[in-house]
Amino acid sequence: MRPDSAEPDLSALSTGDLVVESPAAVPAPPPPATSGFELTPKPATAPDADRGLLEVAIGPHHPSTHGVFRLNAVLDGERIVRFKPVFGYLHRNHEKIGENGTYLSAMPYTDRLDYFCSLSNNWAYALAVEKLAGLAVPERADYIRIITAELTRIQNHAALIGFLLQELGAMGTPLMYAFREREKILDLFEALTGARMMCNYLRFGGCRCDLPAGWLEECRRVVEGLPRFFDEFENLLSTNEILMARTQGIGVLPPELAVSAGVTGPMLRASGVNYDLRKVDRYGLYDRFEFRVPLGEHGDVYDRYMVRILEMRESAKILQQALREVPGGPIVDPKVKLRNFRPKAGEAYGRLESPKGELGFYLISDGSTNPYRYRIRPPSFINLTILEDMCQGLTLQDALVILGAVDIVMGEVDR
Amino acid sequence: METLDVIKTRAEAAVPGAQLALAPNGAVPAEASLVVDSAHAAAVARFLRDDPQLQLDYCSNVTGVDWLEASIKEKIKTRKLVDGVEKEVEETVEHKRPGHLEAVYHLYSMKLKHGPLVLRQRTANRVDQVRVASLTPVWRSAEFQEREAYDLFGIVFDGHPDLRRILMWDEFQDHPMRKDYVEPDDYEYEPTAHDDVLDKARRHYPVEEHP
Amino acid sequence: MNLPGTGIIKGMVETARNFVGSYHDPERLTTIEYPEERLTQPENARSFPMLIFDDDPVKGLRCVACKICEKECPPQCIYIVQDRDERGKPRKFPRIFDLDISVCMSCQICVEVCPFDSIKMNTEFELSTDDRFGRLLLHRDDLAKSNEYYHQIHATEAAEVDARLADEKAKAEAKAKPAAAKPASPVPTAAKAAAPAQPAAPVKSPAADKPAAKPASPAEPAAA
Repeated sequence: MRPDSAEPDLSALSTGDLVVESPAAVPAPPPPATSGFELTPKPATAPDADRGLLEVAIGPHHPSTHGVFRLNAVLDGERIVRFKPVFGYLHRNHEKIGENGTYLSAMPYTDRLDYFCSLSNNWAYALAVEKLAGLAVPERADYIRIITAELTRIQNHAALIGFLLQELGAMGTPLMYAFREREKILDLFEALTGARMMCNYLRFGGCRCDLPAGWLEECRRVVEGLPRFFDEFENLLSTNEILMARTQGIGVLPPELAVSAGVTGPMLRASGVNYDLRKVDRYGLYDRFEFRVPLGEHGDVYDRYMVRILEMRESAKILQQALREVPGGPIVDPKVKLRNFRPKAGEAYGRLESPKGELGFYLISDGSTNPYRYRIRPPSFINLTILEDMCQGLTLQDALVILGAVDIVMGEVDR
Repeated sequence: METLDVIKTRAEAAVPGAQLALAPNGAVPAEASLVVDSAHAAAVARFLRDDPQLQLDYCSNVTGVDWLEASIKEKIKTRKLVDGVEKEVEETVEHKRPGHLEAVYHLYSMKLKHGPLVLRQRTANRVDQVRVASLTPVWRSAEFQEREAYDLFGIVFDGHPDLRRILMWDEFQDHPMRKDYVEPDDYEYEPTAHDDVLDKARRHYPVEEHP
Repeated sequence: MNLPGTGIIKGMVETARNFVGSYHDPERLTTIEYPEERLTQPENARSFPMLIFDDDPVKGLRCVACKICEKECPPQCIYIVQDRDERGKPRKFPRIFDLDISVCMSCQICVEVCPFDSIKMNTEFELSTDDRFGRLLLHRDDLAKSNEYYHQIHATEAAEVDARLADEKAKAEAKAKPAAAKPASPVPTAAKAAAPAQPAAPVKSPAADKPAAKPASPAEPAAA
């Protein structure tokens, strides 16, 4: 499936046509190209209507856009010429909210970024603050974090595959199978944190509360049942001819472009780039567990689907190992104050492998109780950078499948 | 990865005329940052990306920071001759920090799996000289993130192929992430439930506020 | 490669297995008919905050109107006015405690920061109403719930809280005894002696004693 040349043709990339306000009226002369992936401003072309092109706005309210999100497509017949995502319908300036509140008060807001994966969002933020303030996390808390993060990954991937299949026209069935399993995991979250989705569970230097009685046994029972679900899901989907016809060779993302565009997570690994922060940064206690990083070969939508299935299986392996040996001890560093938490002045960038990709928090402290700068690096936002490149020349229905496989949640894209 | 000093020396050798400086980081000293002047930012960025020992091919995070004008007290250790003996003396130096905007890039290498290197560009002030060089030509991942920094901070990235607002609507005037941004009383026609309810509560119980 | 169509048939077999299974296997039938059937909520479940009282719904409130939760609440949904006696002296009691649940995001941070174990999370979730501005603003008397109710919904947690409060009370009493015996002891004891004299302190509230009990290291041997 991979194109013969390693360098894709980017000449068709649209650039300045939709500019509303362009401060760089006279763009600087393009610097000499040293790589095939450099973007340079393109001279203006004839208006679309003169070329017989049709502009269609998909969204903001459209079942395929995973939320309130608009895609401005310019079509030549059924083929896509330009594909511009328009964001901001869910924008609430999360970063400003974070800067106006204390370090602790930003924690419940992180739940609402990617509302499928609140526990890994919590962890990413806690990781950044712990790096900023130089806090250590007790072993038991790290185990709980890994267990909850991997459960989050499984339920996110399962739901995503369900939604992807929904995009392909498989109305309901795969999604409901995924949701049935997700429900069991959400029940575990509810028993542990009190909420199914907006967990707000982690605290700087540990977790909020200890595991309730019997939680580990229940979790083991759910994890034991997971492989059966994966097998069932794969029987249902993996060899399905319609799925293969619709996804193989569609939305191919060459690895060089993926790296340059900062694509992370399963999408990057589907393009064959071995970059999993659990292996690279070894945050938490991930180096204690044995797991593999599944890699794709072609970088198409089918590979993205398959990488997610395999990642779920690996996550189940991590869970089995982690649940065998949860140590006792405290769950939170007792020295960390809940109120009046003031890290010393400086900055830190903490990142982890969230189910959607690299989720980073960049914090600047000026020594006060509120962060001076609170920045989120949202994986699903940045993974959309190359949406247009992947859809170029394909039909509209392929584009929606490609969008589905990017795995976006608008709460995180718009923040 | 090499230390920042080594990288700075090598980048200065590779890009003649580039003015690089180091900015310390109080919290994580290993993540101090490299400040580059906008005129040579793209060339330095290409050097960082293509240099075989660095290969920082992955630009993870791009963002803006708004620094208001402030006076900063800093404790600096200097060597001084005190009574004929050289001694390390701690002095408090107060200097004015001019207001400026900053574009921050966090660079990693996916090939060599190291990083981060924090690259910063600074504008001259916060009002009219707010241009820095766009690094989107070097790293595609900066495309949307630079647009976001332009939208929310008002940093203009020269050489960006498609610089327009991304999260706020096109007609929006201000830059909401700036520290001195004053939000309007209400964005929407309908009053938000919260304010209304609180106002009503205050009217309902006419009590004096405490001193 | 298999015959074309086998993948689809394989999937069909899977759905058929699920369909048949949904008649006898509880693993396959996961939904319930909600208003008639109800799931039991886990003990940690939370919806919106409530205020705990011990005996009397008004006098027995543990809340001392310290306003810490008002300050720490991330979406700022709590509004508190401290009560005052006839001479205008502040009493340790909330005259107004309003909580706007259309804003509250159930984050539980008020519960965590409360030093008096006064605000806790309720589990009641059927709160829908057609009065957006009236019924979604809960007042002090709506929020007041008895300690027994708290025990019903969060048994483990409530038992821990009760044990902690009883312990603190015992410590405070143990500390008060030597203080009463030796009136000429230094400053903290004097402050302690002054505290009960205040008319405001609700009788039953152990919370009022707590701040004084904090620097109670000399009393610890006595408690043990």
